[in-house]
Amino acid sequence: MSSNNPQQSIHDSTAPSTDTRDSRIGEGPDDRFNSKLREAFGSTPFILTKFDKFMNWVRGNSMFMLQFGIACCSIEMMHTYAIKHDLDRFGAGVPRASPRQADVMIVPGTIVSKFGPRMKRVYDQMPEPKFVVGMGSCTISGGPFQEGYNVVKGAEEIIPIDIHVPGCPPRPEALVYGVAKLQERIRNGESSAVVVKPYELEQFGDLERDELVQKLADDIDEEDLVMRYNWADSP
Amino acid sequence: MSTGLERERPPVEVTEADLEAVIGDRALSRDDHLNAPGFVIRPDDVQDVLSDLKERAGFDHLSCLTAQQYEDRYESIYHMKKYADPTQEVSIVVPTPTDEPVSESAEPVFRTADWHEREAFDLVGIDYEGHPDPRRILLPETWQGHPLSHDYDQEKPQLVTLTEHANPVQPDHHEAESDTMFLNVGPHHPATHGVLHIKAVLDGESVVDVDPDIGYLHRCEEQMCQQGTYRHQIMPYPDRWDYVSAGLLNEWAYARAAEDLADIEVPEYAQIIRTMGAEFCRIASHMLALATFALDVYGDFTAIFQYGMRDREVVQDILEDLTGQRLMFNYFRLGGVAWDLPEPREEFFAKCRNFLDELPAKVDEYHDLLTGNEIFQVRTIDTGILEPDVAKDYGCTGPVARGSGIDYDLRRDDPYGYYPELDWNVVTMDGCDNYARVLTRMQEVEESAKIIEQCLDLLEDWPEDERDIQSNVPRTLKPDADSEIYRAVEGAKGELGIYIRSDGTDKPARFKIRSPCFHNLSALGEMVEDEYIPDLIASLGSLDIVLGEVDR
Ligand code: SF4
Repeated sequence: MSSNNPQQSIHDSTAPSTDTRDSRIGEGPDDRFNSKLREAFGSTPFILTKFDKFMNWVRGNSMFMLQFGIACCSIEMMHTYAIKHDLDRFGAGVPRASPRQADVMIVPGTIVSKFGPRMKRVYDQMPEPKFVVGMGSCTISGGPFQEGYNVVKGAEEIIPIDIHVPGCPPRPEALVYGVAKLQERIRNGESSAVVVKPYELEQFGDLERDELVQKLADDIDEEDLVMRYNWADSP
Repeated sequence: MSTGLERERPPVEVTEADLEAVIGDRALSRDDHLNAPGFVIRPDDVQDVLSDLKERAGFDHLSCLTAQQYEDRYESIYHMKKYADPTQEVSIVVPTPTDEPVSESAEPVFRTADWHEREAFDLVGIDYEGHPDPRRILLPETWQGHPLSHDYDQEKPQLVTLTEHANPVQPDHHEAESDTMFLNVGPHHPATHGVLHIKAVLDGESVVDVDPDIGYLHRCEEQMCQQGTYRHQIMPYPDRWDYVSAGLLNEWAYARAAEDLADIEVPEYAQIIRTMGAEFCRIASHMLALATFALDVYGDFTAIFQYGMRDREVVQDILEDLTGQRLMFNYFRLGGVAWDLPEPREEFFAKCRNFLDELPAKVDEYHDLLTGNEIFQVRTIDTGILEPDVAKDYGCTGPVARGSGIDYDLRRDDPYGYYPELDWNVVTMDGCDNYARVLTRMQEVEESAKIIEQCLDLLEDWPEDERDIQSNVPRTLKPDADSEIYRAVEGAKGELGIYIRSDGTDKPARFKIRSPCFHNLSALGEMVEDEYIPDLIASLGSLDIVLGEVDR
């Protein structure tokens, strides 16, 4: 039947739906509008709170994640989003493809030298306030690849991280727990400790003229952004 | 589809005498490896010898190129095989002096040498004369030094650039006289399976040229393996190459190479467990390939992607029961496996059988959603064509090669484990397009299920007092000095090979990984030229690459 035609008649009785409604409402006066909240606050429909507190509550309950896969941990991250673990139950499971629409970045994997500047860039593109969950040992210290010549010893060298979830890879349950903890902190309005980030994006022209910079001076434009890794100082 | 364990036309056997005749007096000496005869040649004979071997002796598969530095020289080893029979192998060893490591490029003979030689230059520092594109491949352009060469200092600071990318539609951004436009895809991009960067040149909506830029996940896997001892320290790393649940398949690659190198036997019972576990991994891996492919072509995060994830959860549960971990199993040991099947065994068997019983219905469901869907067919049929000769030239293997009609599967052609005793088929398709590759994977899932079923039967009836899970392996393994081996297994994505050179200590002197994804990805350019840009994404998805394995 095409929906363009008006429905001519309802053949059967409407009793079933009426019955369901009746049984839902139950006996006595209709108390559908007397919610639990009404009970708690009395008859006034207003809640007095601080705007800050309200904003924190809202923020903590609606978090948009950045769809950001790096390495092995991202497989477990996908499982965390998908059915069974379903991060969305906690109000934190909408992956956004663009950093401009995201609040939370889960860093799921090993950061290597070539990717460091790109990750920093993606982080910078996210609007404030933004939060980062470091997933896996690699984002804590470099994990199993800590001794590699090319591996950044933890994502914290480049961007600040709010919550670390250890494991290699952490189970989805662990990531859910980490995200829930982050939400709890946001709701309470706690801020994270300030960390020192040794690696920054700088303009090539601003770097100190040491041996390495002299050597590359011909290849790199003064205005290009570079990240300088001092491996010897890394933990 | 060809049948189980025999090929239709057994290829002509090439004896060592034939090889000597082909190479003739260009062979300076012999340097045999455990897997193949090796011939030492001069650096300027590379093209000659390789093309003679290809044309006259049928070695049409340049499986791998290993570069390494010795005390007194550099060395490039070309590991050659035949697609028709991968047990016929030959190694061509090309030494070059330390002060002037220049060797002739093999790129005109095998296209796949292109990326390999770039990698050898990048990591070890050998120059290839006549190479069309001698850039670094894994490390950033501005990197100083070659990390796998002897005098590399890991403490030295490094600079990495980030070039600001202008808006592609800005008027000053494309060349004035041509109509082409330059477009970056990645490295952070949801449709690439990880951190891959593709530099694409577009003419209108069609792709003129693509240049995959890899190395955003180069985690120094080879260095890590060279720092570990054979017995226990290396095994955790293979799990992290192809991390899409293909852990056991990768572990098998290392186990096979090291066991052959150190002459270790594996009990039959352990082989069956290995075979079963590996096939579970293959199923999980192919499921993810399917799920993400649907995500790529439909943008469908809600149905097929979630279905794939649902089924993977079941497999991961089973694997967790077996190995103790969901993803990074670390379950194989040299000479066997870590422990026996979980107790109570009946429960484990029941769980596996349940999964197998439900699988056909699920496969039907996928066919309904995917292959039977008209939109899907329009997107995939006749897009991303990869002709068989091109695939061979680029060293493609696995479902990518089999989707192009190349009947090549190491489980049958270079038998290992318990595969030869079981009854199953190698799936091949002649479509050469994205559709064929996806379909190949789906059918391989069913074949894997067949293998698992037979393994379960065997395991169930195995007498209790013969359940040997490990053979006796010395606490410290020290294979003979200067023994070299190259061995491959059929990983989830194709031929996963390991080259190990031992120097008599308990750690490998050189550990080289031949990654199937690396080769499959290098063929991307051939598949997408003159196609539309959405087909680029579909083709990339159908290659099913894992950046952990591409970059290592
Ligand atoms: S922590 Fe482990 S699983 Fe996660 S990215 Fe690092 S190596 Fe992979």
